[in-house]
Amino acid sequence: MCMTAVKHHVTIKGVKDGLVFLLDDACEFDEVMKELQHKLEKTHQKILTGPIIHVYIKLGSRRATEEEKEQIREVIGQKGNLLIQSIESAEEDPASDLVNLSDVKLLKGIVRSGQTLTQEGNILFLGDINPGGTIVSSGSIYIMGSLRGMAHAGVDGDEKAVIAASHLRPTQLRIASIISRPPDEWGINDAFMEYAYVKEGKMEIDKIHQLHKLEMKH
Amino acid sequence: MGEAIVITSGKGGVGKTTTSANIGTALALQGKKVCMVDTDIGLRNLDVVMGLENRIIYDLIDVAEGRCRLAQALVKDKRFDELYMLPAAQTKDKHAISPESVKDIVLELKKDFEFVIIDCPAGIEQGFKNAVAGADKAIVVTTPENAAVRDADRIIGLLENERIESPKLVINRIRANMVKKGEMLDIDEICSVLAIDLLGIVPDDEYVIKAANMGEPTVMNPSSRAAIAYRNIARRMLGDTVPLMPMEEKPGVMRKLKKFIGIG
Repeated sequence: MCMTAVKHHVTIKGVKDGLVFLLDDACEFDEVMKELQHKLEKTHQKILTGPIIHVYIKLGSRRATEEEKEQIREVIGQKGNLLIQSIESAEEDPASDLVNLSDVKLLKGIVRSGQTLTQEGNILFLGDINPGGTIVSSGSIYIMGSLRGMAHAGVDGDEKAVIAASHLRPTQLRIASIISRPPDEWGINDAFMEYAYVKEGKMEIDKIHQLHKLEMKH
Repeated sequence: MGEAIVITSGKGGVGKTTTSANIGTALALQGKKVCMVDTDIGLRNLDVVMGLENRIIYDLIDVAEGRCRLAQALVKDKRFDELYMLPAAQTKDKHAISPESVKDIVLELKKDFEFVIIDCPAGIEQGFKNAVAGADKAIVVTTPENAAVRDADRIIGLLENERIESPKLVINRIRANMVKKGEMLDIDEICSVLAIDLLGIVPDDEYVIKAANMGEPTVMNPSSRAAIAYRNIARRMLGDTVPLMPMEEKPGVMRKLKKFIGIG
């Protein structure tokens, strides 16, 4: 095998609580996968024995699809002791951080009790999410209508995601892994034109007209 | 060809059977040819509410399994010539029949009747699937309680997956005094969550319980407020424009007097 002689697409680094896999973002995804598999099976087998190791995957500026992420999980998951903690892409540059309309998926309807709407990326939802209904996205969720059910933004771990609604009265809000139970934790506001965001690991609520300030801080 | 309407709610005890019996009877009062079908197999009630229990010979399962003809199982009402009921079996359970056979039976009934009113069991499982299988339209019954509204919402979501027209809403057992004090969900609130057309509101009326125990549909007694509400619902189903009933009862002479002198 002479594959290791070429440029490395996969770099494995040790950190305090596990391993970071840096996957090159400048080449084809297939190539990265091939090398990842090769490294795990041929050159770095020694890390595969022993206690459970937490693994953090960094994709650089690559925007991986769910399928690609699934492939990564599969390759790494097949080795018993590697436990994936996160799969992350680097932040985009600030200019593209403002909500770009073409990145927003437009959806309509009513999400009723017992129904779940799941989408990749940012969602603009026209309609209501009723109590017992759930809306989930890997990006931000903007609702023109009432949010009375549950919303989970940044489901893959993006704490910069926000949840905004014309009428924000959810039973529960989640951004990344942060969970908030609104009425108990926020006090009573008028609930109109508000959004939720994460600040220092805690969920905060503010008026929608403050949203642009948050975008600029990033 | 008539139309089949399923009366459903998700939650139990909100008044599906009472609503079925009263809508069926109210339509018959308007001169329509109506058949009510009880699909709550194992827990049949419609016959009791209608006071027809002692006239049952065959039931829905007998028809489905070919032990009798459909016409033999129909029970004629004692008040109206054009009102019939197809009772549920009491000794079997909901798995004794498939949605396909209910559908065939309902289709058969639609040939002879203008309205087929299907009383649905509580829950969202097999019994619900049986009841909605043959329906063209649906009426969702709820009460002004959070749990009932939540279940109604779930049912509306499930109905959207069936080939059924957008369901209509009946809000049952409204207590004007509690709504006024803000202790009960109000009608606008319920309608804005469920986002379907309101077919009618029925006030909480003790007479409904009394009538059910007598085996006499409430709607037969025009002095009951609930009866008027059900009659209005039937008229709306026939295309009349009937305004919603005012929630409060007309103030009595004493109330008026008290109000006049400023202590009411």
